[in-house]
Amino acid sequence: MRIDVKKTYKLFIGGQFPRSESGRSYELFDSKGNFLANPALASRKDLRDAVVAARNISDKWSSATAFNRSQILYRVAEVMEGRKDQFIAEIIAQEGVTKAQALKQVNEAIDLWVWYAGWCDKIASVYGGTNPVSGSFYNFTTPENLGVVASFISDQSSLTSIVHAVAPILAGGNTLVAVAHEDYPLSAITLSEVIATSDVPGGVVNILTGKAKEIAPWVGSHMDIDGVDGSGLDSTTYDALRKDGADNLKRINRFDEVKSPQRILAYMEHKTVWHPIGI
Amino acid sequence: MKFEYAPAPESTAIVDIQSDYNLFIDGKFVPSKGGKRFATMNPANEQVLAKVTQGTAADVDRAVKAATNAYKKTWSKLPGADRGKYLFRIARILQERAREFAVLESMDNGKPIRETRDTDIPLAAAHFFYHAGWADKLEHAGLGANPKAHGVVGQIIPWNFPLLMLAWKIAPALATGNTVVLKPAETTPLTALLFAEVCQQAELPNGVVNIVTGDGATGSALVNHPGIQKIAFTGSTEVGKLIARSVVGTKKALTLELGGKGANIVFEDAPIDETVEGIINGIYFNQGHVCCAGSRLLVQENIKDELIEKLKRRMSMIRVGDPLDKNTDLGAINSKAQLTKIQELAQSGDTEGAERWSPECQLPEKGFWFPPTFFTGVSQSHRIAREEIFGPVLSVITFRTPSEAIEKANNTPYGLSAGIWTDKGSRILWSAQQLKAGVIWANTFNKFDPASPFGGYKESGWGREGGRHGLAAYLKGDM
Repeated sequence: MRIDVKKTYKLFIGGQFPRSESGRSYELFDSKGNFLANPALASRKDLRDAVVAARNISDKWSSATAFNRSQILYRVAEVMEGRKDQFIAEIIAQEGVTKAQALKQVNEAIDLWVWYAGWCDKIASVYGGTNPVSGSFYNFTTPENLGVVASFISDQSSLTSIVHAVAPILAGGNTLVAVAHEDYPLSAITLSEVIATSDVPGGVVNILTGKAKEIAPWVGSHMDIDGVDGSGLDSTTYDALRKDGADNLKRINRFDEVKSPQRILAYMEHKTVWHPIGI
Repeated sequence: MKFEYAPAPESTAIVDIQSDYNLFIDGKFVPSKGGKRFATMNPANEQVLAKVTQGTAADVDRAVKAATNAYKKTWSKLPGADRGKYLFRIARILQERAREFAVLESMDNGKPIRETRDTDIPLAAAHFFYHAGWADKLEHAGLGANPKAHGVVGQIIPWNFPLLMLAWKIAPALATGNTVVLKPAETTPLTALLFAEVCQQAELPNGVVNIVTGDGATGSALVNHPGIQKIAFTGSTEVGKLIARSVVGTKKALTLELGGKGANIVFEDAPIDETVEGIINGIYFNQGHVCCAGSRLLVQENIKDELIEKLKRRMSMIRVGDPLDKNTDLGAINSKAQLTKIQELAQSGDTEGAERWSPECQLPEKGFWFPPTFFTGVSQSHRIAREEIFGPVLSVITFRTPSEAIEKANNTPYGLSAGIWTDKGSRILWSAQQLKAGVIWANTFNKFDPASPFGGYKESGWGREGGRHGLAAYLKGDM
């Protein structure tokens, strides 16, 4: 019998797959208690490195044309489609569900990418507009990216939850640091491998695995993070993060798992421009 | 050349200021439960105008109960079209009583009658008129098929545009079906109390609008009241952050309009005379008591000398003095405390090595005054380049390339406004894209309109006011 080549699950920062700077990892078991992997246990320094990577690429990603971002998000769906078996196996390992249920989840995740891919070049025309001001001025409002967002992924599912969080943030032109749910690092890291091979520039998406509760205070007080999705945090941790986040007035939200343009807009800012009309 | 003007004071006969004011709760003026009175003065001559009530926690509680009752029993049951009709009525009454409001606002605030008459009051009426039309069209506001009001909204407004900020707050709140408890600023309560009379004349159902006067303690009682579902605050970033922390652990929604340090960028090809007018309007409008003021002038190095000469000439034409004089351009600083703050920051400009300039102008002996001022030789690290002065003080900074201009403009925790002056269309749009600010004025400055969303990036706040986007602050949409 052939001895399997097992996969090492590492972090995803700046387009690279480093181990945690802290050298830490944690043991992950499947639903029956069998050992699965030693995913990296991300530290404060890993978070800070990820934010630097996300900030550095922010201008490039937000100034890419919406059509270009749209194609890149669609490309993620294409590449996922080709790696279905791996996603299914990992969902079964982490969640203990049937193969049919796992397949359903993978299909849903892929379709979410397709849905948000299509939004990239529509969001500004649906939610921006011209404003008929009283006076001889041309005045228009357009949504634009917020900047760097940190997302705590919820435990509703191992794969679709992270896609629900990541895809709309990218569609809005933001870069992000996602903190995978502690129980579901495998799907998150495999997704990062898909992202790494889908023309998403390095640093646009960064994925940390580990303990959300440990990382949350460093996210709350980080002055170069503009928004936070706290869906995966318990109420006490979330409230503490909201207090810390007031230091630079981070935009902090939690979401039900629905696909909606409001999830894109939650991390966009409306900019209004005036110019006189004359000859 | 010096132009002499004969005094042209607006008559104060049109206003009827009472000696004492109660609180406006549940449609009636009622005395406070235990609250003392404090004076509100005319900052142009330090004369006491009236005594108003320091609202207590018990008063706030009474007002929130009245608003809750009104929300449940009347306002939430009215069809949008009927809510709209009340707002149209209010807009019309504000237009009918515009001069009275303009004079009273000028007296209580210190701003020139020319501005209250031509800007504050007409815009306040326009805000009610605009939002009246939304009340029966909310399903078209882009927030889902059936957006819902929050319920009772607590609103706290600043002293720089007292009635206009009231209108920015109350008009959208009512149009979207909420009821309101509003606290006007401590130093400028009178037009809010006169607005209460407008609500009575409009026969607005009791308790839909409640006005509780007072200071920060009253505001804090309002913010922390458990019966409030949403808070809207306009004021300093410091207080905004306090409020942001205080709502943690509650379900209260929050929007914030906070400070700014707006960059007004002048490129070498700018139309110079219009630009000078825009700079003046950007920083000396309303004594610089404007959160979106163009308080940092970023000028391309090769035109700096020419621009500064023209600016000096124009600034020497600014008429400082009696706010009620129709020829006055720059009125009184709103309070002693604000004057002290402006003086202290200007002083820091001197000690940090910037060079101060003001035209010769005679300031009245009584009242609170600060001449129009600019500093040259300002570097990015100076306090006057970083902190909001909220007064008629401009910091002049130079740049060489467009990229440097953008980098300097964005180098601030604030992100409310910015200005762009150039004749080149593509440069306007490029700059507008790069600037991290919620409102960009290109070849103009300090323009406001009810149809135009207003609000900031970064530490300048959360959410927008005005336009379709502003409605989101007062509605819970479907996801």
